[in-house]
Amino acid sequence: MGHIDMSSPNTKKSQELSDQSAKKTSPLNPRRQFFKKGMDAASLVALTGASSLSRAEDSIQKDFPIWSTTPGRGFTEYGTPSAHEASTKRGIAKAYGELSQGTGSTRTPLEKLEGIITPSGLHFERSHNGVPDIDPKTFNLTIHGLVRQALNFSMDNLLRYPLKTRTYFIECAGNSAQNILAPQPIQGTAGSLHGLISCSDWTGIPLSVLLEEAGLDPQGRWILAEGADAAAMSRSIPIEKCLDDAMIALYQNGERLRPEQGYPARLLLPGWEGNMNVKWLRSLKVTSSPTHTKDETSKYTDPMSNGLARQFTFEMGVKSIITQPSGTMKLPGAGLYQISGIAWSGAGRIARVELSADGGITWSDALLEGANTPQSLVRFRAPWNWRGERALLQSRAIDEKGQVQPTRKAYKANNASDGRYHNNTIVTWAVETDGSVKNVYL
Amino acid sequence: MILTLSSCTSIKQARPEGPRLGQVASLSDIKRLDISVAPDGLNLPVGHGNAKSGALVYQSKCQSCHGEKGQGKPADALVGGINTLTSNNPVRTVGSFWPYASTLFDYTRRAMPLNNPKSLSNDEVYAVSAYILYLNGVINEDFEVNQKTLSSIQMPNRNGFVDFSKMEHGH
Repeated sequence: MGHIDMSSPNTKKSQELSDQSAKKTSPLNPRRQFFKKGMDAASLVALTGASSLSRAEDSIQKDFPIWSTTPGRGFTEYGTPSAHEASTKRGIAKAYGELSQGTGSTRTPLEKLEGIITPSGLHFERSHNGVPDIDPKTFNLTIHGLVRQALNFSMDNLLRYPLKTRTYFIECAGNSAQNILAPQPIQGTAGSLHGLISCSDWTGIPLSVLLEEAGLDPQGRWILAEGADAAAMSRSIPIEKCLDDAMIALYQNGERLRPEQGYPARLLLPGWEGNMNVKWLRSLKVTSSPTHTKDETSKYTDPMSNGLARQFTFEMGVKSIITQPSGTMKLPGAGLYQISGIAWSGAGRIARVELSADGGITWSDALLEGANTPQSLVRFRAPWNWRGERALLQSRAIDEKGQVQPTRKAYKANNASDGRYHNNTIVTWAVETDGSVKNVYL
Repeated sequence: MILTLSSCTSIKQARPEGPRLGQVASLSDIKRLDISVAPDGLNLPVGHGNAKSGALVYQSKCQSCHGEKGQGKPADALVGGINTLTSNNPVRTVGSFWPYASTLFDYTRRAMPLNNPKSLSNDEVYAVSAYILYLNGVINEDFEVNQKTLSSIQMPNRNGFVDFSKMEHGH
């Protein structure tokens, strides 16, 4: 069994994981290769098309790669990732295949990312009938129901309200469902199996400010949030959350929301089911009791084996996952590796993340990096000296309320056979003796 | 206290205060946008339908996705599964799992059909809701579903949910 050895990392140079090192671009200057083949300077000029340029015989140019000897490309108004990182992308899962292009999800490629902020274009999506294209000039957010005065807020007016910025994760309640439902573990990347989790800097208006302006009726105990999309996503939220840390998010990672994240306005309920963070938010109706919408009765409820189902299980449980190394990777050989992963809890801060390389027999603490704010991802790290034997890598998060990430067996015992939401169970990656990393159940 | 450029007062730090720019939403604004229907049925529109008329709506607008008589595929099954929830193979449909008939009306009106949402008339939504409930044995074929009767329909799994909204940690 492998053993996580944090006290004495060996001095051997750290090796990169094979999937990262495989595509090293050769730094050789093509011009230099031409010269090796005996081409003269005139034919080189013809080949490169740089007819007006010449190179002195003893210039240093031949010793440099092409990108050091030619001017780079011009400016762009909105940057995009390196073409060499084209494989860093979301995986698409359509719920009904070609029947509906926009019903289903995309998953964040967790294994390709570091730190805690998900680039906006890689934030997971869960949409129930496509991404609407909403004109902010005609958009209104309406607050109505049990209020003193029903109010419409235009986008221009919303942008004049006081803003706050916080780092929050959003996790779909159906994240990691395959790892609970599939009888045998599905082999896939961390992102394909667990990528319905992302984290951003969100900037928005405290919802309490808008509710105070409309004037809450004391009978108002719930708020129905409704989206302007074709699915008209709707969820009921207790008033306590709305008056606590709920916000109307207008910006994500410094720029206005992406269309697929709810442009021009979405509800942000820190730590609660992704589905409740209603995108394309068009109205908030204050009610005395929950509306019992489709997505809080037939879906996003948690059935138990006794036939009953838990309803309104809002908070996302304490959870973590190792992203380096993770599923489908292959370690090139024994030696020192840097374990890296993410942890989060809907209940607040992460207190500890423990790591095991022997399937949970022995544990040691990982280093938590950065500010570690409530309802945010936190990055954990630990060096690991792999000696080449089969290892079972696990991470186990514990939050500030003392909640401990449970095992898959505990989830199965606590839920109906088709229970799938709120799977926050410990993920196990087996590192086989050949270095391949597999998704396994323990 | 608000920062003013002329007199340089302090910046308010406590509870943020909005500029109070909300504009009065008229009753007609609200009537147009408020399509939600809770179990009490209070916001239901005028209209009616029964399973016989609903079968025709279903066949032309729903069957291509939900299958013949609500059996499902490629989209969710809408019929069957009653008394399977404690088995090893629970089948969760409108009939076996949904606690309120209001949810069926609300969701169908706001989100269906998938390729043309919100296009059904109120009578069509009542009728197709009646048809799904009839196929599940919840109402008989002649029962008229309307703004008064919908909330009286007792769904088989009405008491199948445990409210966790007051639990600090839901699991």
